[in-house]
Amino acid sequence: MQGYRDDGVVLRTQKLGEADRIITLLTRHNGRVRAVARGVRRTKSRFGARLEPFTHVDVMVHNGRSLDVITQAEVIRAYGTPLAADYPKYTAGTAMLETAERFTPVEKEPAIRQFLLLVGGLRALGEAVGPGPDDLAGEPAGTPAGEAPRDPRMVLDAYFLRSLTFAGYAPALEECSRCGAKDKPLVAFAVAAGGMACADCRPSGSAAPAPQTVALMVALLRGDWDEAIRSERRHRVECSGLVAAYLQWHLEHSIRSLRHVERA
Amino acid sequence: MYEGVIQHLIDELGRLPGVGPKGAQRIAFHLLATDPDDVRRLAAALIEMTERVRFCKTCGNVAEAEQCRICLDTRRDPAVLCVVEEPKDIAAVEKIREFRGRYHVLGGAISPIDGIGPDDLRVRELMARLADGAVTELILATDPNLEGEATATYIARLVKPMGIRVTRPASGLPVGGDLEYADEVTLGRAFEGRRLLDV
Ligand SMILES: [Zn+2]
Ligand SMILES: [Zn+2]
Repeated sequence: MQGYRDDGVVLRTQKLGEADRIITLLTRHNGRVRAVARGVRRTKSRFGARLEPFTHVDVMVHNGRSLDVITQAEVIRAYGTPLAADYPKYTAGTAMLETAERFTPVEKEPAIRQFLLLVGGLRALGEAVGPGPDDLAGEPAGTPAGEAPRDPRMVLDAYFLRSLTFAGYAPALEECSRCGAKDKPLVAFAVAAGGMACADCRPSGSAAPAPQTVALMVALLRGDWDEAIRSERRHRVECSGLVAAYLQWHLEHSIRSLRHVERA
Repeated sequence: MYEGVIQHLIDELGRLPGVGPKGAQRIAFHLLATDPDDVRRLAAALIEMTERVRFCKTCGNVAEAEQCRICLDTRRDPAVLCVVEEPKDIAAVEKIREFRGRYHVLGGAISPIDGIGPDDLRVRELMARLADGAVTELILATDPNLEGEATATYIARLVKPMGIRVTRPASGLPVGGDLEYADEVTLGRAFEGRRLLDV
């Protein structure tokens, strides 16, 4: 039997028959792969929880006639465990997995940059500091002294912006997306035009975000977290809205999980 | 492909979960060779099920009246409520004969990637049941997999302000599987060793 070994992140699982699942993985070398894990739903399965969404696994796959079959799986890192214990992080993580699947539409087409980005995104999400229950009760929203929190939703937005960039859809934020002018004030965010637009190029009906919101998008795209965490909540909310609209327009698909992503 | 009636039956059987085209064909020919009275009994059972079985208006379990047998049983402890994903999970927990409380069926688990959020489950009905303060312990026996964990996290957080003790079956339950496949011994141990969920 022909087969291969690779490592990848489990994006999605679907029930198959009585006790099997189809596992969708984004792998390092083989791109997005779908393969069957036999018996995985039985509580005594040798796979246990190794093939659950968010898990980074080292797998052996045999090429089957219709679907490939996973014969071995070893956990490299289980990103799901900390996420499942924190609802805002979990929902943000789910949106990441769904987006990674959308950005790799063709099975087995290598997509190493999307793979590395996803692993980085899940790691950052696991380490993100959502406000604990005590913070919710006591302190007002803001930055506690010392450690600056990375809002899980900002981690998600940064992931969206970078995966768009790898796919060739980076939004123009520092020049006009239509005329390319860098010296004119950029007054509007035009999803279809590809980013910010100057007053002359502005399509009717385009959003007019606050300058701080645009600055936050720039910071997230660059990975400048020192800058990003200084943003105010209202600008974060506006940023999320624009990024979500831009992402879904370019994917030509809605990201179903987004509706359920909670802002901590 | 067969003709007329037999192919029609094969098509219908093939739509059942876990039955492929080959299996459907095997069942169809098995039924063809079976005593017609036995087949009529099977058909009658199917029709009776669709006409008489519904979902308990209190807990969401399968029932033959407005409420299921467990909700109607006055010997069951109204202070302990066990939350499960599906009615078949109730059968799994009942098998261990340890649990004497009542149930609440969610109708699935939160799965944003499939578009299923809390509003698509019987979460609001659960909150309504908890409102009168009669329940003092809530056992979150959602499946021991990631979606089940996340669903438990969500409910625990929602219930926290109500001051109800929230627990989750823990020890011995291997993660990754479906609750319905857990054996009675393992599941029994998991219920005894349930841990307090603090979110
Ligand atoms: Zn312009
Ligand atoms: Zn009932």
